[in-house]
Amino acid sequence: MVLWFEGPRTATGEDLVELHCHGGLAITRAVERALGAIDGLRAAEPGEFTRRAFENGRIDLAEAEGLADLLAAETELQRLSAQENFGGSLSRSVAQWRKRLIDISAGLEALMDFSDEDDVAVDLSDIVTQAKALRAELEKVLGRPSVERLRNGVRVVLAGPPNSGKSSLFNTLLEDDAAIVSATAGTTRDTLERSVALDGVPIVLVDTAGVHEESQDEIERIGIERARTQFERADILLWFGPVSERPAGAITVRSKSDMNIDPRGQADFNVSSVTGNGIRELVDSLARRSRSMLPKPGVASLNERQQLYTQAAARNLAEIEDVQDPLIVAESLRRTRVAFDSITGHGSTEAMLDTIFAGFCIGK
Amino acid sequence: MNNRYQIVVVGGGHAGVEAACAAARMGASVALVTFAPDKIGAMSCNPAIGGLGKGHLVREVDALDGVLGRAADAGAIHYRMLNRSKGSAVWGPRVQADRELFGRSVQAQLEEYPNVAIIADEVANLDLKGSRVAGVILKSGTNVAADAVILATGTFLGGRLFRGEERLEGGRIEERAATKLAGQLYDANLPMARLKTGTPPRLDGRTIDWASLERQPSDGEKWTMSALTPERSNPCIACGITRTNRTTHDIIRASLDRSPLFSGAIGAAGPRYCPSIEDKIHRFGDRDGHQVFLEPEGLSTHLVYPNGISTSLPTDVQLAMLRSMAGLERVEMAVPGYAVEYDHIDPRALRSTLEHEMIAGLYFAGQINGTTGYEEAAAQGLVAGAAAGAAVGGREELTLTRDNSYIAVMIDDLTLQGVSEPYRMLTSRAEYRLRLRAANADTRLTGLGLRVGLVREERGMWFARRQAKRQQVDEALDRKLESAVIRDAGFAAGASTYTKTAREWLAGGSLRMPDLASLLDLETIVPDDLATELEEDARYAPYLARQDAEIAGMRASETVKLSASFDYAAVPGLSNEMVERLSTARPETMAAAGRVPGVTPAALAAVLVQARRQETQNA
Repeated sequence: MVLWFEGPRTATGEDLVELHCHGGLAITRAVERALGAIDGLRAAEPGEFTRRAFENGRIDLAEAEGLADLLAAETELQRLSAQENFGGSLSRSVAQWRKRLIDISAGLEALMDFSDEDDVAVDLSDIVTQAKALRAELEKVLGRPSVERLRNGVRVVLAGPPNSGKSSLFNTLLEDDAAIVSATAGTTRDTLERSVALDGVPIVLVDTAGVHEESQDEIERIGIERARTQFERADILLWFGPVSERPAGAITVRSKSDMNIDPRGQADFNVSSVTGNGIRELVDSLARRSRSMLPKPGVASLNERQQLYTQAAARNLAEIEDVQDPLIVAESLRRTRVAFDSITGHGSTEAMLDTIFAGFCIGK
Repeated sequence: MNNRYQIVVVGGGHAGVEAACAAARMGASVALVTFAPDKIGAMSCNPAIGGLGKGHLVREVDALDGVLGRAADAGAIHYRMLNRSKGSAVWGPRVQADRELFGRSVQAQLEEYPNVAIIADEVANLDLKGSRVAGVILKSGTNVAADAVILATGTFLGGRLFRGEERLEGGRIEERAATKLAGQLYDANLPMARLKTGTPPRLDGRTIDWASLERQPSDGEKWTMSALTPERSNPCIACGITRTNRTTHDIIRASLDRSPLFSGAIGAAGPRYCPSIEDKIHRFGDRDGHQVFLEPEGLSTHLVYPNGISTSLPTDVQLAMLRSMAGLERVEMAVPGYAVEYDHIDPRALRSTLEHEMIAGLYFAGQINGTTGYEEAAAQGLVAGAAAGAAVGGREELTLTRDNSYIAVMIDDLTLQGVSEPYRMLTSRAEYRLRLRAANADTRLTGLGLRVGLVREERGMWFARRQAKRQQVDEALDRKLESAVIRDAGFAAGASTYTKTAREWLAGGSLRMPDLASLLDLETIVPDDLATELEEDARYAPYLARQDAEIAGMRASETVKLSASFDYAAVPGLSNEMVERLSTARPETMAAAGRVPGVTPAALAAVLVQARRQETQNA
């Protein structure tokens, strides 16, 4: 649902558009990503709405007074959580990228500001090669699991035909000794989500409506549609149906092994929610797979904001690869620096000049 | 002698001259006080104007009708466009100037201003009335009253010269220092500090073996420093190039303990981009030689300036070092090199007009603000003079911003970040470099200058003609051209049939402005500078458009003003470190506060809230 508010009688005093979407973080993230791809649109900086509201006189002094403390607390929390999770390794990575970028820029800037010096011999193609290498590194980190998956949990979706034992296993996993059930993460009418920790790994278990082709019932058909959407969002898909019909990449599970129904092909796991047979093996396997999908301790991971800036940095570096004009290369490198600086909050012109003067004998 | 002027300028160097002339163009009555009127416009060091980054400043000063560009052309005996092979955004127009012709032009231009009086005296003291300046007290005892005083004392404030074991008081060799005035500034608790710089020995050109040396001729092009210079007028001469070698380095190394830079006699920081030769040998010991340019100082003098070997080694070592180089085996020194240590003010104590934040009417311009270079000095002189002129006359101020001029980049850097070494202009300091080109300084600034009255009629008329031509060509560039037409004219346009605007063809890079001029049947001749400007406007358009968003953000924050008396300590939630950083830099707007080094976004938000609250209370 899209709501249009005309300024100045809005929260910020400016024209506002509100997008209301279905529950679930993934949907909002997807919408944010779609919006982020539109040229000229960007996410608000921390506190920007409050700032605009205040600049436009929409909030009063008392409200505004709290802003400084609020913002400080926000940053402190972010800092703490970053430290707890990754021992500062992200900052180290960004600092290292930034340093490499500054080295690259310094070479290029020396080429432009000190080309009359005999000590300065820099080749533009070297710059491009170095920029390419840095970009490859950014892409590697961009390919890593995001911090959000750690915060929100790995999505394990249970799927299959009706009455194939999904819900029994869902409940068993929730009640298993290894599982700690936490607050409801987001429930829709026909899919059920619960956050659990299996062997300490944060997981979101999703129970879906049974899938069968010839449903006449309107509501059931909608439920099936939603179940299919869940398949796509799954990090791990557990398939309870015939092995031959399993969606690509799914793990097959034969439930009700206690009832001794003919196996329709060899499933990856045979479990019984009644006797508890095979449950331990399944839990172990899920925990192991999930852990490998989470950021590793000590390895830098990006949250969405950092990912956006890192993507911007990688895009700017990519631009360089087919440009001949050193000035435009320098402009792309500058924009890359701005992107890094947005992650760390440092300015870098001086740092770059320091690098130039340390490396070249400048001065006639 | 008249004892009352609107503005007194102290110092007759590049900053002082531009300050006096800019203030005079703004209509003020001005007195320029100098020890030695015959030295007005002297080039203390290198006989060159312009270069990378600095060339932009010359063009900008010229676009605002300053003195420097025309004087450079009047003195020019060697022209080089540095970075010619790169985009014009980093071109560095540089000339070597005959000292005498240059100085004569500066003095002649000064005489064009009937409202500038020259007083040959020393300013002993400022006449301070509380927190406002009321004039100056001359050494001769005369009191000269003024509404504003501009200090442009260069290296003369507390100047001290060093050469080996020798020590001399003075701002330049054989000239005295302004010691008393320095004392008063220290006593007034202004944030003063020391910097150093140096100059190489001057050589007798008749004792150089030119025939054995590689020569660098002047370029054969037509460009000039000033838009108003019709054409190059002096004969051009070549420079010689020699190199230091192992023997030179050994001689220097053996005497490092006699250099005041290494013996600890000079504690102040010098410019990294203009190091002494002893510094180069010490820091880059692995290099086996450094280039030295031998630049003749003029048409009617034998003096030669060896560019690249600034030094404060003892005289005997300097001579031995020189004679170890090719072509200089029998060279004689006319004046040995020396280092100078001088007082400067922490420029963070100044507003963007270069007026002191606490003492109304007192302005600082040039090397006294911790910069180096004639161009940097001249640009500051122009800013201070124009601002003081506007203030005493109650007129509109000239507003320069980081996205319209290098001048503003420099002033913003100085007043927010301060200096740890003498500040030199570099193109890498300008984040909006793509739009700040040496070739478009007139388009960027002359209109602004005209509006506030800083630009006189002659340039105004020239500018109107150029603008008319620019508009005419600019409109023609919107016309569409078919690919077939381009192909028939012999340029790359692919096989298919399509149309693009002339501007888009230009941006594509396959054809240049002169090619288009004939395809478009332009009736007017497009001069080189205009062609370059329009070509690069077209080529950089997508990048400039992206920067527009950044700039719009900066503009929005610029509308939130922070007063000079803003109390950072009273802002809730601001750490002591942030209070200290912001109080020292005293940014004038929220945008400037964001550029103060080390200030966090949370701190900025807190300041913004406080600023808004005060605004509301005052309303």
